[in-house]
Amino acid sequence: MAMILESAPVENIVRALYIRALKRLPEPVKAAIGGLERAETDATARTVLATMAENVRVAERDDGLLCQDTGIPLVTITIGRGVSFDGVDIGEAVAKGVRRATREHPLRSSVVHPITRANAHDSTGPGVPVIEFRFDPEPDFVRLELVPKGSGSENGSYLGMLLPADGLDGVKRFVIDAVLKAGGKVCPPTIVGVGLGGTSDVAMHLAKLAATRPLGTRCPDAAGAALESALSRAVNGLGIGPQGLGGDATAFAVQVELAATHITLNPVAVNIQCHSARRASATVTPAGVVWGD
Amino acid sequence: MADITLTPPFTETMIRDLHAGDRVTVRGTLFGIRDATQIHLFDRDRHTRFDLSGHAVIHTAPNVRSVPIGPAHPAGYAPVSVGTTTSLRMERFTRPLLQRLGVRAIIGKGGLGADSLAAFGTFGGVYLAVVGGAAALETTWIERIDDVDLDDLNPESLWKFAVRDFGPLLVTMDTHGNDLHEVVRARARHNRTAVLAGLGVTS
Ligand code: SF4
Repeated sequence: MAMILESAPVENIVRALYIRALKRLPEPVKAAIGGLERAETDATARTVLATMAENVRVAERDDGLLCQDTGIPLVTITIGRGVSFDGVDIGEAVAKGVRRATREHPLRSSVVHPITRANAHDSTGPGVPVIEFRFDPEPDFVRLELVPKGSGSENGSYLGMLLPADGLDGVKRFVIDAVLKAGGKVCPPTIVGVGLGGTSDVAMHLAKLAATRPLGTRCPDAAGAALESALSRAVNGLGIGPQGLGGDATAFAVQVELAATHITLNPVAVNIQCHSARRASATVTPAGVVWGD
Repeated sequence: MADITLTPPFTETMIRDLHAGDRVTVRGTLFGIRDATQIHLFDRDRHTRFDLSGHAVIHTAPNVRSVPIGPAHPAGYAPVSVGTTTSLRMERFTRPLLQRLGVRAIIGKGGLGADSLAAFGTFGGVYLAVVGGAAALETTWIERIDDVDLDDLNPESLWKFAVRDFGPLLVTMDTHGNDLHEVVRARARHNRTAVLAGLGVTS
């Protein structure tokens, strides 16, 4: 019996996911703030990290927003094998869910038209929410993930069309320099997302996937995972520290995603997620809905 | 380094006694401003009925809810989420804020530029850094919205908040020419060579 994905539950789930993501930080991020606080050698940085941890507790206690920036809603829908759905209906249901969350909660709409700067006050506009469909060989499930992407960290985005002759050294230098340039503006400690290969747009998108996938997950490619480990250690030697006020805790991690590229290309992209590394997910199976980070 | 609670209006001496690294908590009154507020005040010559002289301003555009006017909500607004925005966009307004309106402290995130640092020295002002992205906590520091002016710019109105204990905030730019943001940036640029060497890469 094939699973059917209906648009009504999708609308309700997306509405709930947006609000949930803005209020509750994923467990691995909470744990990482605590871990960095314990390891921090700079007194000011320890105070800043303690304030971040307290903010997470207050948001939970008061059912309040973690950060005033409600971000651009990014929605990823992963469809398992054997699931039937109408993609047009589902896309509309996602937008409706975002609108309802914004109006009914209410939330500040942070989304404007790029030329007129008009704000529809419902967190949507042309191309927003950003919706991506992905497919998975596992049967009979659908996973919906929502990331409210804040602007402070999104402004820390960089693309380098390096030369093959620049090699992996050039890639490493580019990432370190991107973190330097972003400094405290991206609300560190951050997840530094690195996208390698593909074409220019693919590299940027991979960097976004890397910055927004759950903290602590590893790049499935062995060379990519090795690069994650090396860069994660390295960036915290820069001394930028939490909020750019100095200290060890510049990044929770550097996460890498990669794709094959052309013999004459060496694209590298960096996209950054801030300490408010918000995301929420829901997995739908014939047995019901399971909520997660 | 010292932990200090200050109640505005501040005197010039109180501000000149502060040093980068001190921790300050503001108690009493705090004014909220943002880009549009300052564009209207300084580029379009609008006036405010508030006296900002000796006061602290915060770079914010709060999430508020309209409520019936009463003792708890004298302006008819309740705070929903009051956070801090990036200050650097408003760099060119530091000088007129200090010189024309007599403001003595700017609260924000990320720090301000070289002209602000010079203005702090000349007129007697400081920058107080708040932890960005900690709006839930910051909102609990706001007791009430006491009054609002230039409300046609909502949410970028000129807000008058009553604050219980707003902070601790870190003095990052003082009247003595110290700028912690720049110190950290310079140190990070210096660390770059060693970090790259650790990755086996030449700079
Ligand atoms: S960068 Fe992140 S933590 Fe900082 S203000 Fe934006 S959303 Fe909030």
